[in-house]
Amino acid sequence: MTVRTMVEAINHTLAREMARDERIIVFGEDVGANGGVFRATDGLIDRFGPDRVVDTPLAEALILGTAVGLAASGMVPVPEIQFLGFSYQAFHQLAGQIARLRYRSNGRFDAPITMRAPFGGGVRTPELHSEALEGQLANIPGLKVVMPASAHDAAGLLTSAIRDPDPVLFLEPLRGYRSLRDDLPDDADVIEPLGRAKLVREGTDLVIVAWSYQVEVARKAAEALAEEGASVAVLDLRSMVPLDIDALAAVVSRCGRVVVAEEAPMTAGFGGEVVATIVEECFYDLEAPPVRVSGYDVPFPMAQLEDRDVPSVARLAAGCRRALEVAP
Amino acid sequence: MDTSAVQRGPTDAELVGMLQTMIAARIYSTRCFNLQRQGRLGTMAPIDGNEATVVGCTYALQPEHDWIFSQYREFYALGRYGEEVIRRQVLYLAGHPEGSCYPAGVNVFPAQISLAAQIPHAVGMAWGQLRQGLPGVSVAFFGDGASSEGDFYEAANFAAVIKAPVIFMLINNGWAISTPTARQTAAATFADKAAAFGMPGVRVDGRDPIAVWEVVAAARARAVAGEGPTLVEAVTYRLGHHTTADDPTRYIPAEDMAAARAKDPVITYAAQLRELGLWDDAAQAAAEATAQAAIDAAVDAALATPLAPDAFFDHVYAETTPRMERQRALLLELEGKGQS
Repeated sequence: MTVRTMVEAINHTLAREMARDERIIVFGEDVGANGGVFRATDGLIDRFGPDRVVDTPLAEALILGTAVGLAASGMVPVPEIQFLGFSYQAFHQLAGQIARLRYRSNGRFDAPITMRAPFGGGVRTPELHSEALEGQLANIPGLKVVMPASAHDAAGLLTSAIRDPDPVLFLEPLRGYRSLRDDLPDDADVIEPLGRAKLVREGTDLVIVAWSYQVEVARKAAEALAEEGASVAVLDLRSMVPLDIDALAAVVSRCGRVVVAEEAPMTAGFGGEVVATIVEECFYDLEAPPVRVSGYDVPFPMAQLEDRDVPSVARLAAGCRRALEVAP
Repeated sequence: MDTSAVQRGPTDAELVGMLQTMIAARIYSTRCFNLQRQGRLGTMAPIDGNEATVVGCTYALQPEHDWIFSQYREFYALGRYGEEVIRRQVLYLAGHPEGSCYPAGVNVFPAQISLAAQIPHAVGMAWGQLRQGLPGVSVAFFGDGASSEGDFYEAANFAAVIKAPVIFMLINNGWAISTPTARQTAAATFADKAAAFGMPGVRVDGRDPIAVWEVVAAARARAVAGEGPTLVEAVTYRLGHHTTADDPTRYIPAEDMAAARAKDPVITYAAQLRELGLWDDAAQAAAEATAQAAIDAAVDAALATPLAPDAFFDHVYAETTPRMERQRALLLELEGKGQS
């Protein structure tokens, strides 16, 4: 066992999977000699060679467009988009092509494509490096959207994503790359199933539903609220598509109060989908209206203001108090 | 580089086969056009004017190894890839999901509506074949209009970098719906663009299937020899509608269309084979009758192909999600009540 940060866990998992399956090809901007701008692909080119770890031209539509043809040829493409915000330059290949390869071919072609991309606030990046696009992506049938919140889950969910016959968008939180770490095995697979949420903290009064780095924010908010006498659970959705409706409904029904935390802007964000699902599934078990704590309806802000936009521990705790104060 | 096929040129049987396939393409396309007008098939894009380019190209390929990445206009002329292609094309126009795919062994990708998006797919296929040591080249068909899309530039640039076995088959038929080539590019020719990618660019008469055959055979030999991609600009003229939803008399001058029709490739190539003693009235009648019978059978089969009301849940994912299964159950329940 070795303590690994999230980015080290991703690197270790990529190496294990590439050793297991020689059809896997990793490609993107600066993934070779540079090992990726965050070192997620560090050392892979030395071990697997430049035919399997390929630096592409600076062309996102090319990266995702060639993934379609590679998959149809029998390869297992694992492209990296350097920052999720740059995927706008390939959105037609993502939404119009990758998502539909199986459907357009009436099942002839699998699309075992895992697109990795970092995103998220809190690290003071330039414009278009931080935006959380999961709500937009989850609205595209044919894609799976997976967002790990720990080093362990990054390893376990990435393993499952690469082995999955469908396209998986694997979105990695920048803020968690080096701040989140777990003790992980050196010579054994870590496998976590896609489409399963995880209850990361027990509680009885309220549940915070979160994903990606907001799970860490939610844990801290729950600890703060515990000092005020509130028992707050945290559910890590882990996967937007497929959504674990049963786990979501079970914990909300049990707690009766729910806060949904997300980094993306509120309007039409995935949090709205979560709340709609809760209302459909467990309306009569609710003791208070669901509360959303999200980014504001603004483009992701410049560095000096980003801490006002990305939900903080204090803002999430305040949202929880609003839900807890409603009389039953 | 093995240039023996390029040296010998098409055989007499191939010359005749190309004409038969071109005649069939025109008949298939015209029949589908008329069926759209009758409300029995959906929007379609006629092949008229592109037959020689598509047929000349495919006859220079090896269908068991070489992949076609097409738009939506070329399928009528893909007879070299088997009659299943036209059967599926009619099914596609009938709005049936089985029409958007070709069975395993037919190396044709589904139709592409988002123009130029198929070009990086072709490069990806060629890249994958290269990595796996598989024989074959990938051919991307696209038009003068689609060449303005970023996907063309990104894909052609990278294909040259990795020497991918790809043939970029740019069909310049003069018009992108109503927009003439002068509004697409200020370059003297589309083939000139190849220089910037570091690959050869060849301009060929797209109305001459033998000329296209020779250019594609050379590009193929180059690709399989590991020397990389080629950009082919096949120059022809669209002899009518962009699609059934279009009226070309609004923007194509009548005299230009008349001049182009005088060089109709299906007619001029038949005359050429008659001069060579390879074609006569009986051959023409037989080719037309065979094509009519084939399209009749394809239309009858397409319109009789059953379709389950919940078929659209299939093939979105390898396994439908729990939520989709709930949606399917609801749809079938509503279907049973006549409320879907």
